[in-house]
Amino acid sequence: MLKTYAELSLAMFRTGILGYGGGPSTVPLIRHEAVSRYRWMADEEFGEVLAIANTLPGPIATKLAAYLGYRLKGTLGALVGLLAHILPTAVAMIALVSFIDVFSSSRIIHGMIEAVVPVVAVMLGQMCYEFGEKAVKGLGKYMALACGVIAFVLLEWVQLHPAILIAIALAYGSVHFKVMGKLKETRKRKEERRHGDMD
Amino acid sequence: METWIELLIGFFLANVFGYGGGPSSIPLMYREIVPHYHWLSGAEFSNMLALGNSLPGPIATKIAAYVGYDAAGWMGVLAAEAATVVPSAVALIVLMRILQKYKQSQAVKGMTLLVQPVIAVMMLQLTIQSSKESILSIGWIQFGAIALISYWLMQRRKVHPALVIVGAFVYGGIFLGR
Repeated sequence: MLKTYAELSLAMFRTGILGYGGGPSTVPLIRHEAVSRYRWMADEEFGEVLAIANTLPGPIATKLAAYLGYRLKGTLGALVGLLAHILPTAVAMIALVSFIDVFSSSRIIHGMIEAVVPVVAVMLGQMCYEFGEKAVKGLGKYMALACGVIAFVLLEWVQLHPAILIAIALAYGSVHFKVMGKLKETRKRKEERRHGDMD
Repeated sequence: METWIELLIGFFLANVFGYGGGPSSIPLMYREIVPHYHWLSGAEFSNMLALGNSLPGPIATKIAAYVGYDAAGWMGVLAAEAATVVPSAVALIVLMRILQKYKQSQAVKGMTLLVQPVIAVMMLQLTIQSSKESILSIGWIQFGAIALISYWLMQRRKVHPALVIVGAFVYGGIFLGR
């Protein structure tokens, strides 16, 4: 029982102190802990949590930390997850005020941060690939590709807000299997009619 | 009004209207912190942001900690942090609980399926954006080399990403820090 709290704290501590570039770049790290390392949830579920979290305002990493904690251990878990994630850097922020000049002008610290960005890019790319793979598995090659292209055009060129796009995807998703069922039925009926004509 | 109540209101508003994670709510926080409540001056805000960006972790909570402490001590930290993270965390938990209840329904299964391509594309955008920024600051060769090595370590050798990041820190501190 205590082991879950310890693992949760450790995982959220690690993702809190190693995520550079704000919340969004921390997402792959959180996914690694929750899905690959501790297997708290399947990747599909993580994808859904991430999507829902993106439709809500506020920092993304802390929403995920709280949800993971809640899913494992209820309200207390949510609190532990949150604190482990934000406390170390919040305290560092207050403690380092007097060294503010050293920090923001140090070339060494700049170099350290710059070297982490490519690593984060690789992790983000990997996540993109894996969610794409899941889309292909669930929707089929052509439908997944079509959805991806539509999403890309809407986000990149139309500049549609991601929260709105996710809301649209969720809305269509809720009737997706019904639509597919109807399509199959009409196709079957057409075929039957054709067979009927031949007879 | 007590300062901590103002912190509660200010940080709540800045974060509840900030979509797309912490970084996108920075301008909203600026509005509350500098022109509205005068907790910091403009120059102090930029200094704080520079410090915040050189430390890891979510940016919104670092700003909340700094400003909360500066304005009202530890009570201020508590108020600002709670206003930043609690509303959105509770909203996510409540929404997910509703969805979990109907997990077996075709509707929720379809929703889970259809968000996958959208998440993939959002991740693609983040990948492109961070790659571009990185190439601009350290150049093609450094970017390519670090990316390839970290891909090899994480995917082929299954090294924990935390270790790869620490490795990148060391490399960057020694070779890029001039």
